[in-house]
Amino acid sequence: MQISPVKIISLLFFVFSGFYLYHAYQIRVFAFDENAPFNAKTFPILLGYAGIFFSGLYIALPEKRPANVNLSVLDYKRTITLVILMIIYGVTILKAGYFLSTSIFLVLSYITLGEKRWFWVFTLSFPFVAIFMFLLHGLLDIYLRDPLLKYLGIIG
Amino acid sequence: MIEGILIGLNTALSIKNIIMVMIGCFAGTIIGMLPGLGPMTAIALMIPITYGFEPSTGLILMAGVYYGAVFGGSTSSILINAPGIPGTVATSFDGYPMAQQGKAGKALAIAAYSSFAGGTIAAIFLLFAAPSLSKVSLAFRSPDYFGLMILGLTAVSAFSAKGHFLKAMMMVVLGLMLASVGQDTLSDIPRFVFNNMNLADGISFVLVVMATFAMSEALSIIFKGSDPTQAAKQISLSKLGSIRLDKDETKKMVTTIPRSSIIGFIVGVLPGAGSTIASFLAYGMERNFVKDEEKQKFGKGSVNGLSAPETANNAACSGSFVPLLTLGIPGSGTTAVMLGALLGFGIQPGPRLYQTNPEIFWSVIMSMYIGMVILLILNLPLIPYIARILAVPRAFLIPLILFFSVTGIYLMSFNNFDIYLMIGIAVVATILRLYEFPMPPLILAFVLGGLMEENLRRSLLISDGSWAFLWDRPLTLCIMITILFIVFWQIYNSYFKKK
Repeated sequence: MQISPVKIISLLFFVFSGFYLYHAYQIRVFAFDENAPFNAKTFPILLGYAGIFFSGLYIALPEKRPANVNLSVLDYKRTITLVILMIIYGVTILKAGYFLSTSIFLVLSYITLGEKRWFWVFTLSFPFVAIFMFLLHGLLDIYLRDPLLKYLGIIG
Repeated sequence: MIEGILIGLNTALSIKNIIMVMIGCFAGTIIGMLPGLGPMTAIALMIPITYGFEPSTGLILMAGVYYGAVFGGSTSSILINAPGIPGTVATSFDGYPMAQQGKAGKALAIAAYSSFAGGTIAAIFLLFAAPSLSKVSLAFRSPDYFGLMILGLTAVSAFSAKGHFLKAMMMVVLGLMLASVGQDTLSDIPRFVFNNMNLADGISFVLVVMATFAMSEALSIIFKGSDPTQAAKQISLSKLGSIRLDKDETKKMVTTIPRSSIIGFIVGVLPGAGSTIASFLAYGMERNFVKDEEKQKFGKGSVNGLSAPETANNAACSGSFVPLLTLGIPGSGTTAVMLGALLGFGIQPGPRLYQTNPEIFWSVIMSMYIGMVILLILNLPLIPYIARILAVPRAFLIPLILFFSVTGIYLMSFNNFDIYLMIGIAVVATILRLYEFPMPPLILAFVLGGLMEENLRRSLLISDGSWAFLWDRPLTLCIMITILFIVFWQIYNSYFKKK
């Protein structure tokens, strides 16, 4: 017997709702609020039950329009690489600074997606980020935290 | 009202705001033309840029993006039979056959004039309907608001994902669950924080929008191996033909536009219905209105068949602002994003908005009209060139969308945790999208979560814990009956109706 992926997702959501409901009951409310008609845990408890109800219903009822996804044609390699690049970007953005980490993220992403025109890879990374930073920081006066450029004295 | 219109005009016609509408329309058209990237992504990408603006300017920019994206969606429907957004699917029925007959320029002109006329008529309706409805909605109480919010969520689930009602309802619950993270607004008690201080203030709206739309759409494109820019590369500048319309074509449009505008506006006002249903409904009704001779041309390049859905989808866009501006309850995913942005500016839309912040209320309405004019004057002649800009390779487009998304969150918090959380939500959303779990209900629920809890709290406290508030007032009772009807109808249709 083959279980449909959507049913598996619904089952995961069912478990997640149970986990959410358990934690909703664990929310500590003030003693005077414990028996009030509404307190901080009332709404989350209702949501937990709603999640269990809808996911349970999906699991129980027959699937009339199953999603047809061909898993063999999906590009796992590039997608996972991009996600990893984003995580690394997130790790480095505060330490290496916005300019450097963003430019390197863009260069690596372009290469990951198969771009080989180096002129455009360079133009749409370092100079592009510099112009974007100038627009935000210089013209629109939106604060951009960049310890590296601050250390170098490029931004104030 | 005249005074309000003048205030709105004064704000909307400032040089800065006109430039913003122009930028918004232009950016919206570009993003809207890309199949898969709709107005919600376009608006989401604009949110970080609006941080530095006044609320009215920011909203004007977003309204321009909204209209631009709808117009852009029509363009790709006509030129390459690849609707940028669901609301322009019906446009392709007659627009694409016209383009194949060498009348692409004409089809684009019909779409532009119809959009302009539909939007203009609807903006006039909005001008009169919004203040009157604001006065009426002052009589609404917490139970009514609570009911209306459930109605909005149920209707969006029912209409935004046909045949996937239960999936959409799961997304609604997930959106509400995400909204419940952080300190309780009244008691300050932390909920689902798990001793992580980064979650104490809750999950940011911009983070969820960016993750579920911009970022997950970009990841989905790579994951599925599709290329949205491929379509733009097929557009040939020389094959567009003239954009001039003859007398007969104009006459046909003149009869179609008024009735499609009315249909579009009314459907747009209804929660959840939106431009997709409006355009299909207008197309179907127009087919019944026209003579038998014209009926035969439907699907083969009919002027009426193209004009009707284009008029209706733009009228529906204006109509969808009515519940947002008057009740503070968005009726669609796109207006939910707008509500989130408004709340971010510290503005609570609702019946008192046009009294407390008349410049915002009226300037948004007036800028819609200015947006239409700009779309007509600037975008129509520029369409072939805009389409060329779109021929940017996917290898550049996707990283740039990801970069804008991360920048949006970075600018907000300067916090790594938010970036990781956004990536996590985007990955989950990408998998959910793959299996046709709709995202608009999640966003709408996330935006409405706080308001819903607040109104439920008030209702339960007033009724001393009794759930009778759901049927005590006739208005609440009517809303609840409508909700039950939608739920049972959807479940019956999906599971028990014999095909």
